[in-house]
Amino acid sequence: MNATNQTLLARASAKLGPQVSIAIGLLVLAVLVAMPLLHLLPADNALHVSAYTLTLVGKILCYCIVALALDLVWGYAGLLSLGHGLFFALGGYAMGMYLMREAAGDGLPAFMSFLAWTELPWYWYGTDNFLWAMCLVVLAPGLLALVFGFFAFRSRIKGVYFSIMTQALTFAGMLLFFRNETGFGGNNGFTNFRTILGFDITSAHTRAVLFLATVLLLVASLYLGWTLARSKFGRVLTALRDAENRLMFCGYDPRGYKLFIWVLSAVLCGLAGALYVPQVGIINPSEMSPTNSIEAAVWVALGGRGTLIGPLLGAGLVNGMKSWFTVAFPEYWLFALGFLFIVVTLFLPKGVIGLLRKKGEQ
Amino acid sequence: MPTALYRFLLSLVLLLPVIAHAGDASDFAAASSSQQAALLERWSAEPDAARLPLLEALQQGRVAADSNKAAFIETDGVYQPADGTAAAAEAPRKLRLNNRLRGLIATAVASHQLLAEDPALRLAAAQQLQKSAKPEQLALLNARVAAEEDDGVRDALSLALANLQLVDNDPAVRLAAVRLLGETGDPLARTRLESLLDPGVESDATVRTAAETSLAQVKRKLLIGELLGQAFSGLSLGSILLLAALGLAITFGLLGVINMAHGEMLMLGAYSTYMVQVLFQRFAPEALALYPLVALPVAFFVTAAIGMALERTVIRHLYGRPLETLLATWGISLILIQLVRVLFGAQNVEVANPYWLSGGIQVLPNLVLPYNRIVIIGFALFVVVLTWLLLNKTRLGLNVRAVTQNRNMAACCGVPTGRVDMLAFGLGSGIAGLGGVALSQIGNVGPDLGQSYIIDSFLVVVLGGVGQLAGSVMAAFGLGIANKILEPQIGAVLGKILILALIILFIQKRPQGLFALKGRVID
Repeated sequence: MNATNQTLLARASAKLGPQVSIAIGLLVLAVLVAMPLLHLLPADNALHVSAYTLTLVGKILCYCIVALALDLVWGYAGLLSLGHGLFFALGGYAMGMYLMREAAGDGLPAFMSFLAWTELPWYWYGTDNFLWAMCLVVLAPGLLALVFGFFAFRSRIKGVYFSIMTQALTFAGMLLFFRNETGFGGNNGFTNFRTILGFDITSAHTRAVLFLATVLLLVASLYLGWTLARSKFGRVLTALRDAENRLMFCGYDPRGYKLFIWVLSAVLCGLAGALYVPQVGIINPSEMSPTNSIEAAVWVALGGRGTLIGPLLGAGLVNGMKSWFTVAFPEYWLFALGFLFIVVTLFLPKGVIGLLRKKGEQ
Repeated sequence: MPTALYRFLLSLVLLLPVIAHAGDASDFAAASSSQQAALLERWSAEPDAARLPLLEALQQGRVAADSNKAAFIETDGVYQPADGTAAAAEAPRKLRLNNRLRGLIATAVASHQLLAEDPALRLAAAQQLQKSAKPEQLALLNARVAAEEDDGVRDALSLALANLQLVDNDPAVRLAAVRLLGETGDPLARTRLESLLDPGVESDATVRTAAETSLAQVKRKLLIGELLGQAFSGLSLGSILLLAALGLAITFGLLGVINMAHGEMLMLGAYSTYMVQVLFQRFAPEALALYPLVALPVAFFVTAAIGMALERTVIRHLYGRPLETLLATWGISLILIQLVRVLFGAQNVEVANPYWLSGGIQVLPNLVLPYNRIVIIGFALFVVVLTWLLLNKTRLGLNVRAVTQNRNMAACCGVPTGRVDMLAFGLGSGIAGLGGVALSQIGNVGPDLGQSYIIDSFLVVVLGGVGQLAGSVMAAFGLGIANKILEPQIGAVLGKILILALIILFIQKRPQGLFALKGRVID
């Protein structure tokens, strides 16, 4: 782990030659940009991309952003969060509130009418405004992460303690959102969205735009991560991960660094959640279950911690496998996932990227 | 034909009493349901010891009638005529009863049992009548209070009488009844007294004031029962958390390993109990009641063996990398859950309490302590003592403590750290298996059993501090009681969230938990 703060792109370019890796990256980007455009083609066209495929890939891209966000805190700062699903879901719920208000028009969202509520709870105030909803997407996960992180880092909770506390946090969040009285639709969550900003949410154009927005967010966060990792900030983070006490002896206060990357990561997750909800069309509290969050950790571990491309690769691989397994052998998916956890930690400490890099060296 | 005529007349004479007085059972069988209700009320007011078998048969649904409306009582599949000796015209059909009739039957049985020889039966009957006595029984109760010799039964009877006297015409009688009701801690007395506070119901002001005083008394008694109940369920939850967290504290304290598959060890322990129960049912049904005792060692060795196998194959390679261990053990837990789902099905399996673990002690009118929970509290403490002895009084325990305090130094002194790791991991898993046996007696046994306990037991370990038995015990009971006290006030979910927040705040003050090992190590 001597120089993992360098990005994969930089390292791969040293091994494979810059042209090859840049070519692969551009090719993937070109495919991702082309997909929504091909979706707009008429359905009988040979090159038409079905709504199912587009939704699936869009969903995986959202997961890629989560993996990247998790990698920023785990791979660079050494804080394994088992609660990122909570931030993802909070962003999703903030977006869902807006979509529910859109679908309900002037009335109350359907689930509130079922509960015989007559007025909106205070925290729903202003959610019919798209801009305020977007602010909530950032604020809800950001503020929660800020408060939790402030207390956690102040008392220097780290390692497994930190992981357990985050897991308990997302578990508590799940229980809270499962209650009908919380005002977020109980265990059904939000669904039956109709329009977003006045556009039909199921139309091909809306889908294409949402997909492109996801690609854009992914590229932007990748660029952000790349800049951070190469900056002095990134190097301090890596030092913090490897020897926090020595860093403190050198006169740095690690709390601010941890808190910044932690909140940034949470906000990225929230944004990913906000793009996930309109594409998939549903958000419910099971997104906050500890299982989901810990699964995100295996995406990062499989791809390779401390690299930027690795987590994306891991999220793509695991979710691709999951979609295939749950259709072909639904009984065996959990076995496969379990073995993946074990194999990755035992034999692939540096993930798939590490494996590729080793091959490149030979 | 004088002989034939004589015989005919004789048979008529013999039949006469049967026709004239067909007997209670046949009266009941022939009556419509409103007539049946009236019959039952009359019987309740004038109990007759001879009628008790019929009433009990009615209560157990064993009374049948044929098409002639003659009543029969079924005993072990054979229908015996209830009155007279006539055989059934055809197969009799069971009488249908509605809920109102069932309630009336219970009251009637109780008033008949007031005449029983056994004081315990009379007491139970009097308690039943406290709930359901009818105004028609007033005279009966008065007579019984005067005749009763047993003090306990007489007290219970006077309470039942007081309930009826609340509507007496004489204010003095009502006053005495209200005062008497204040002595009980019965939830029913509260509702009765509350209704008396309304001037429309109770015209006499003195009685109303007395009702108010009595109500306060009853409420105080009820509150005591409630608080004791909460404390008990807190202790019970605490003992379960303790059983779940104890093994975790050992593995985490010793190996620095977060074992996410620990919850699945609980689950495997519960499934071992199920298997033992099934084997007992098949091969030794006469000794079925003893199966939990046999399940304890079975569950311990099964889970300890699985734990040691996991330690040797997976976890050993990950020492010093706690976060990776966390992920790998999570993978193991997924595999174990799915394995159990494939082998036993996704549904819960049925684990029944043996007779000595079902039922409970009625301490107060609104407080019942179930036997299974009492036994589990005792069992948890027993396991703690056993673990303490093992860690502090044996060679293995000495080695375990040495490795916990300083692994390298222990290895230099000749402690086989690898074997100690394996045994300690086995011990932790085995204790979880014992916890699984306990859990199987109070909850559902399904593949997801362990998942619901894992987060709570981690919080116990975090709160209690690493490698400290005393810390784990305090933290488990503290969390359990705090949970149960907060639950009725703000709801189970908000209570859990509040406790989590409190733990985070607590860790600000004591980052190493309640009982920290003192040391000067820094990484």
